[in-house]
Amino acid sequence: MDFFRNFPFFTIILAMVSGPVSSVLSAKKARILSFAVVFSCAVLSALTLVYTLGLDGPFVYTMGRFPAPYGNEIRAGVLEALMATFFCIIMLLSLTGGLKYLEKDVPAEKQNLYFIMINLLLASLLSLIYTNDLFTGYVFVEINTIAAAGLIMIRGWGRNILATAKYMIMSLLGSGLVLVAISILYGITGHLLMSNMHESVGQIVAQKTYVEPLIIAVGLFSVGLAIKSALFPFHAWLPDAYGYSTCASSAILSSLVSKGYIFLLIKFIYRVVGVEVFKMTGADDVLFLFGIAGMIIGSVDAIMQTDISRMIAFSSIAQIGYIYMGLGLGVEAGMVASTFHILAHAAAKSMLFVSSNGLAEVSGGSTNYRDLRGSGIRNPAAGIGFLAGSLSMVGIPLFAGFTSKVYFAQAALLGASFGKEIVTLIALAVSTVLNAVYFIRMSISVYTPRMNAHYEDRTFRAGKAYSLSIFLFILIVLILGILSNPIFDWISLGLKQFS
Amino acid sequence: MLHYLSENYVSVAAMILFGIGFCNLLLQRNMIKKIIGLNIMDTAVYLFLASMGYIRDRLVPIIVNGDTDASKYINPIPSGLVLTGIVVSVSVTALMLGITVKLYERYHTLDIDEITMLVRKEHE
Repeated sequence: MDFFRNFPFFTIILAMVSGPVSSVLSAKKARILSFAVVFSCAVLSALTLVYTLGLDGPFVYTMGRFPAPYGNEIRAGVLEALMATFFCIIMLLSLTGGLKYLEKDVPAEKQNLYFIMINLLLASLLSLIYTNDLFTGYVFVEINTIAAAGLIMIRGWGRNILATAKYMIMSLLGSGLVLVAISILYGITGHLLMSNMHESVGQIVAQKTYVEPLIIAVGLFSVGLAIKSALFPFHAWLPDAYGYSTCASSAILSSLVSKGYIFLLIKFIYRVVGVEVFKMTGADDVLFLFGIAGMIIGSVDAIMQTDISRMIAFSSIAQIGYIYMGLGLGVEAGMVASTFHILAHAAAKSMLFVSSNGLAEVSGGSTNYRDLRGSGIRNPAAGIGFLAGSLSMVGIPLFAGFTSKVYFAQAALLGASFGKEIVTLIALAVSTVLNAVYFIRMSISVYTPRMNAHYEDRTFRAGKAYSLSIFLFILIVLILGILSNPIFDWISLGLKQFS
Repeated sequence: MLHYLSENYVSVAAMILFGIGFCNLLLQRNMIKKIIGLNIMDTAVYLFLASMGYIRDRLVPIIVNGDTDASKYINPIPSGLVLTGIVVSVSVTALMLGITVKLYERYHTLDIDEITMLVRKEHE
């Protein structure tokens, strides 16, 4: 069974090597390779999850057999393996659902380039999840950014390139801050491995020396990753980047790329500074405030959109706000709820993007609110997908979004300070109503038949792959909603293993 | 207070440079100036890292004459980090320049606000 310890490393190296290999393959072969790699990464990560559940604690895999504090390490616990498995599955389903649109949007000679980016993105996401070294984390944050830029740009429209430029500018500002934070932390702790840094941070706080640099570093790191994951008010780049890319790109960007950064931040909070010290620095209050503001303003912006892709993109800002709000609550339960919401949002949001592309396809390629009328009848698979995603986003019971909202409310009641408790509950209520306004409006419009019948072409058949991916997405959202207890237990266990 | 600044003048200089680079990357309208800002920002961090690893009166961390006494050498890890960081910054700079070329070919300007206006007009 000890052989299982190699699996996290295998998944990373498999994804990373397949990237360059794709560059010399034809589009079709690159596609097959990419699907095979993502699928095998999902299987290997699932096996890692099973293995870590059987262990007493997380295991550490030394790269190059150099012992700590000199070598680089991979660390895998229940939560890491769960995230890796989930990310691989979502990526696989997004690719399956978006394949048809990819072939339409991207010229055939460029398609293998797309799969290089997918493979690199997967490698960097898995590394962000598994790494135990903060500087390695920084390097893979940058690789993630570059791969994401490729995904946004591949469609080649002017506004895609502009969106990429804006995305890169904001991301580079964020990674500059992250790099300074890591440098300062290295200066005061003398380590780069998270476990060793954690010990040093404990000593720093106990001796009260270098507390100010520590606070600055924690602040810079949190803000840097907040910019990269589009927390309000740093979200200006997001709607263009998500709204105009090809289907698979939007789905993957919204569900995985920003979540990878948030997961790194959760690791930073637990593994490097510790929850208590994080609260001491006051960074949790800042994240909480921005999160609350993002929940409300993201939804208000979404209501004002007439374009379905941009509406879903703005709704992402609101959902990222939820996650940061949970991190900012400053209690264990809030972190668990946030981590659960990462899963719930990733599944529902990628489904929404995949199905909105399906709806646009039967509406003459238009993504405008008016043109989409009745598209749910013309393309039933996409219609059902959109409806299920909307219900989950709004927070209807049985769907994943409901469960995470319950966990957020529970976390707020179970130990957050009185002010935060009130603000959280009010914000949850307001944002649920706002979510309902635009998602229900769009769902009704999608299912309202047109008056002039010549548009109603019922001969459209969604492809088998597309319908399958929508079906599996709905299944995941329902599983997260109904069978949330074991997943919730795994997340709690994984977060306990972090500290 | 002031003697902290004069003792750590390299760190102070690095942070000022970082601020200059950060503001340039954020506020400049010209894409090339933005990229220059990005490079100033990254270089400032490398200066900060390198100054942290340097210890006065010690040698380059290369073993000569079999002397493995660690107290004679400077800390080599920050230098390694700087090298890694340079690789990262070169690749993002290349990508940014590539995007700038694409935008210039299409819109014949480097001003990002102007490009935004042109893109908006294109899709109306």
